[in-house]
Amino acid sequence: MKLWTETLIVLLILTNLKLISSSRLSACIRIVAVQGILLGVVPLLAGQNPLTWRIASLAGLTMILKGMVFPWLLLKAMRSANVRREMEPFVGYSASLIVAAGLLGFSIWMGRQLPMPFAVASPLITPMAVFTIMIGLFAVISRRKAVTQVLGYLVMENGIYAFGLSFAQQEPFLIELGTLLDVFMAVFVMGITIFHINREFNHIDADRLNALRG
Amino acid sequence: MNILHPLLNPILALFLAPLLPGIINRTKAIVAGRTGQPLLQLYYDLFRLFQKSAVYSLTVSPIFKAGPLVGLACIVMGLTLVPMGGIPSLFGFAGDLVVLAYLMGLARFFTVAAALDTGSAFEGMGASREVQFSVLAEPALLLGLAAISQVGLIRPLTALPTAIPLESLSEMLARLSMSVWMADGTVLLLTSAALFIVMLAENCRIPVDDPTTHLELTMIHEVMVLDHSGPDFGMILYAAALKLWIFLALLAGLLIPVRTGNFWMDGASILIGMVVIAIGIGVIESINGRLRLIRVPQLLAGALVLSVMALVMVLWG
Repeated sequence: MKLWTETLIVLLILTNLKLISSSRLSACIRIVAVQGILLGVVPLLAGQNPLTWRIASLAGLTMILKGMVFPWLLLKAMRSANVRREMEPFVGYSASLIVAAGLLGFSIWMGRQLPMPFAVASPLITPMAVFTIMIGLFAVISRRKAVTQVLGYLVMENGIYAFGLSFAQQEPFLIELGTLLDVFMAVFVMGITIFHINREFNHIDADRLNALRG
Repeated sequence: MNILHPLLNPILALFLAPLLPGIINRTKAIVAGRTGQPLLQLYYDLFRLFQKSAVYSLTVSPIFKAGPLVGLACIVMGLTLVPMGGIPSLFGFAGDLVVLAYLMGLARFFTVAAALDTGSAFEGMGASREVQFSVLAEPALLLGLAAISQVGLIRPLTALPTAIPLESLSEMLARLSMSVWMADGTVLLLTSAALFIVMLAENCRIPVDDPTTHLELTMIHEVMVLDHSGPDFGMILYAAALKLWIFLALLAGLLIPVRTGNFWMDGASILIGMVVIAIGIGVIESINGRLRLIRVPQLLAGALVLSVMALVMVLWG
């Protein structure tokens, strides 16, 4: 059991690294989809108690929303905006990987500073969650294209969700559903916004938007 | 354990190492549907090269002549530090992993120096690339080995982190039994992946360098040895085969948790593992293209991150 949980966590960390080092947008979207599905598996493994309906439906909803609906929406936005690659990110891909190595060490150090009041499935869950949040944040600030920034936002949310998963037994179901709905709305709105930005300005480079004057 | 057992790895390596490139080439040929060169091709090549005499340019200094010699000597010395799974190395001592890494570093330094000594622009380019990639490959190798050194240690709770004694590679690898794999499999898998990438880079295999091409713009290692001829070139080829053997022995020792204590069983399982990894390299070379040069540092940075992850997980996880 411990081996499976650890493998899952390592896979989640690897999806983060792949996201930060890949320039093709469709590959990035796909990797975030994989991350969503892996996240859906986490509550099934992390729960020490026998499987309840609550946990199962939470896992199923996560997989459907994060693994299929969001990637589908983003792929659609990407196609309509007609962008394929992240050109000239603010931080290069090799440099991003090195930064990620530093962030990983920092997250594990930070995870050790946050002792859990109850037993969690693995001591690595908290560091993984912190790392995912940080990678999301890093993707938001280091990439140019709006699609990648939305992906960063999604990954950040994945991290917060993973953090919540360690409490999945304790946390009210309603809160989980509420966050999922919020993120759904956000991705939906951002997809539309990307489309409109692209139609108005013929590009979705977010850094060039601050040159706009009213 | 018999006193002669540690001799197994150096002796086998000296005789069988040229077989490994043959296995890789044969695999590539079969996947591509060709008959391919004979398995023993490198032996024939070496035999032929050692019968020739070397040709030296008038402009080179003795460093050019020393390059292949020092390279081969370093790799043979490194060979005596490498265990085969449970079978200890010939001269294991505490911290020999650092010596192993830097013996390979010294060999690289002399290859690069000899390449620069010719004054050829192409060779200088190859040297520059080789050094650039090794900057990332070396920490990945060292950190990966450091992670292995911490796996499966039974640490007394009271001991300070500094109180953990340094160990030799043999002791580190001898510990990796099946039960350790069950407990710390993720760390070992991460390290294996990192070492595998480092192995591909260090032995100029395909995603990093193409060992078959002779197009100067794309090659790294081949371009540095263009001016060596005869026995010198033979020594370079032989040293490359031995280096591949060192990495495959380390990887097989890491990936194959057979530690029965029976000399024949352990030795045979590691040898089979090495052959399987060599076939794996052949398959990878068949289905992948060479990466663009600017993407190679990214691959190696990935290996570095995997090593860091393994080390951090085993230390703090």
